Amino acid sequence: MNRGAILVIARLTLREAFRRRLLWALVGLTFLLVAVTGWLLGKAAELNPLQGGEQQLILSQLLVMIAFMFSFVLTMTAAFAASPAIGLEIENGLLLAVLARPVRRADVLLGRWLGLALVVVGYALAAGYLELAVARLMTGYVPVDPMVAPLYLAGESLILLTLALVFSTRIAPVASGSIAVVGFGLAWMGGIAGGIGDYLNNDSLRNAGTIAHLILPSDTLWRGAMFALEPPSDVLAAAGSQARIFTVSPFFAGTPPPLPWLAWCAVWVVATLAIGVLLLRRREL
Amino acid sequence: MAGSSTGDAGGASSPAPAIETRELRKQFGRIVALTGLTMTVRKGEVFGFLGPNGAGKTTAVKLLLGLSAPTAGEGQVLGAPLGDLATRQRIGYLPELFRYQGWMTAREVLALHCELARLPRSSWPAGIDEALELVGLADRSNDRVATFSKGMQQRLGLGVALLGQPDLVVLDEPTSALDPVGRQDVRAIIGALRARGATVFLNSHLLTEVERVCDRVAIVDRGRVVAELGMAELLRESGVRILVTGLPDARAIAGPFGQTRLDGEWLAVDSIADEAVPALVARLVARGGAVHAVVPARHTLEERFLSLLGTAPDAAAPGDAEPRP
Repeated sequence: MNRGAILVIARLTLREAFRRRLLWALVGLTFLLVAVTGWLLGKAAELNPLQGGEQQLILSQLLVMIAFMFSFVLTMTAAFAASPAIGLEIENGLLLAVLARPVRRADVLLGRWLGLALVVVGYALAAGYLELAVARLMTGYVPVDPMVAPLYLAGESLILLTLALVFSTRIAPVASGSIAVVGFGLAWMGGIAGGIGDYLNNDSLRNAGTIAHLILPSDTLWRGAMFALEPPSDVLAAAGSQARIFTVSPFFAGTPPPLPWLAWCAVWVVATLAIGVLLLRRREL
Repeated sequence: MAGSSTGDAGGASSPAPAIETRELRKQFGRIVALTGLTMTVRKGEVFGFLGPNGAGKTTAVKLLLGLSAPTAGEGQVLGAPLGDLATRQRIGYLPELFRYQGWMTAREVLALHCELARLPRSSWPAGIDEALELVGLADRSNDRVATFSKGMQQRLGLGVALLGQPDLVVLDEPTSALDPVGRQDVRAIIGALRARGATVFLNSHLLTEVERVCDRVAIVDRGRVVAELGMAELLRESGVRILVTGLPDARAIAGPFGQTRLDGEWLAVDSIADEAVPALVARLVARGGAVHAVVPARHTLEERFLSLLGTAPDAAAPGDAEPRP
């Protein structure tokens, strides 16, 4: 592994992203989404004060759903930015000239990952904090951990980015992007199944959730983001039985992700990249 | 090495070769792309690598550059094993399938390759300007590559390959997208590389082009080198065409003098020394033949290429005596 070459490829990826119109279109779209959702949240906040913490619960649910839409956009962006990154450059011969230099295939993969990760994480944090700031301004609602929620979303997009990039070493760009998006959906549903299993104390459903989280841990981080956007526990306690209805919602997380599961996310990214390096090394150019 | 060799590669006194391969083999599943490539490219020479489509030329180039790993065999490039990372700093490469970042300007592409090749940053501006000038892109240096024609992109690829004054320049079909002016420019660039002492490995289909610039050639067929030839020797090598009548076994009589074949009414004798021609004519006349004309013939690379690949009409080995029909 050559740190210099990795940084050169990462910088190249960053420059490419900033030169292309796609990123700027996404930024424009994000401002539009933040404006529309801010207005929507403002309208929700104008509802007559409801009993207990109900209003905060409703605002939190709205915010979680906005975050879900946002995470979907983020995931799609990560997957479709990463999916042509390697495969297309092999197909069109662009990598031949690069790899004839003192550059290892691992350097190209890791450099690409680093560059795309910086773009996706940077975008996720900027857009996430902007949305939270607008939400707070319009509603006054303060979730339990507003600073952490965008970090979870950024992490979730990194998982999908890694998956799409590794697939792109072997399969066609559109296929690898699609697999990443389908994976995102399956992992999300697996997480919901696990949540229902927990609620009903059903081992089969609980195991399905665990397996989904092991294979593709994006939902672990999504649940972290949901938890961070919910009201503080005292508000939930005050809401009492009215809060109970939300605990079975697919847009509710009763607890933050346990530390070992967060560690697994990091291990998963490293292991998947290692597999990607092996796959790319064996690929005939 | 299979086939003939007129070179003296590998002599005890010669310096280490720029490229040396021994029985290099590449297999993709059940398909054998290279059977066993054995060849030597000397330092400082312009070496042509020829062969029909599907002979394994581009596969061989990829193996030499470490872009692909051999299934078997071994080789060295600039004294280091194939694929050695540090050695790639001393190699310039123009791929057959050339493609560069369309969103970058020509100057930026060259700067990227300066960085990837780990050239000292202080040498970049002069090196980039020189490369742009050499390949005739100085006035388009700040234009995006996406706006370039195919020929201009190939010129840019050539510029990329020349960065950092590499010791070995590998050009895979360097003129495939170029017009005659561009081809002439490439010949001049190759000449300048030779004058600087760099080794050039030229993979090309254009035999006349190879003939004009190469010092030696290897002809590869079905994944194996069938001949390594010195170009000077090849072009010096003479033949003779004799219009002889009244002698049915003329070809058998001429057999000991060289490689014979019949070309219509003409008896063609290849690989015959100039001084042996009068003796051959005398023998034909002594055996009762009527010699009407004796015309010296020079081989072109194309003729030699076709004859080595067994596609030349009436090709026959020396001494292969067959009565004239």
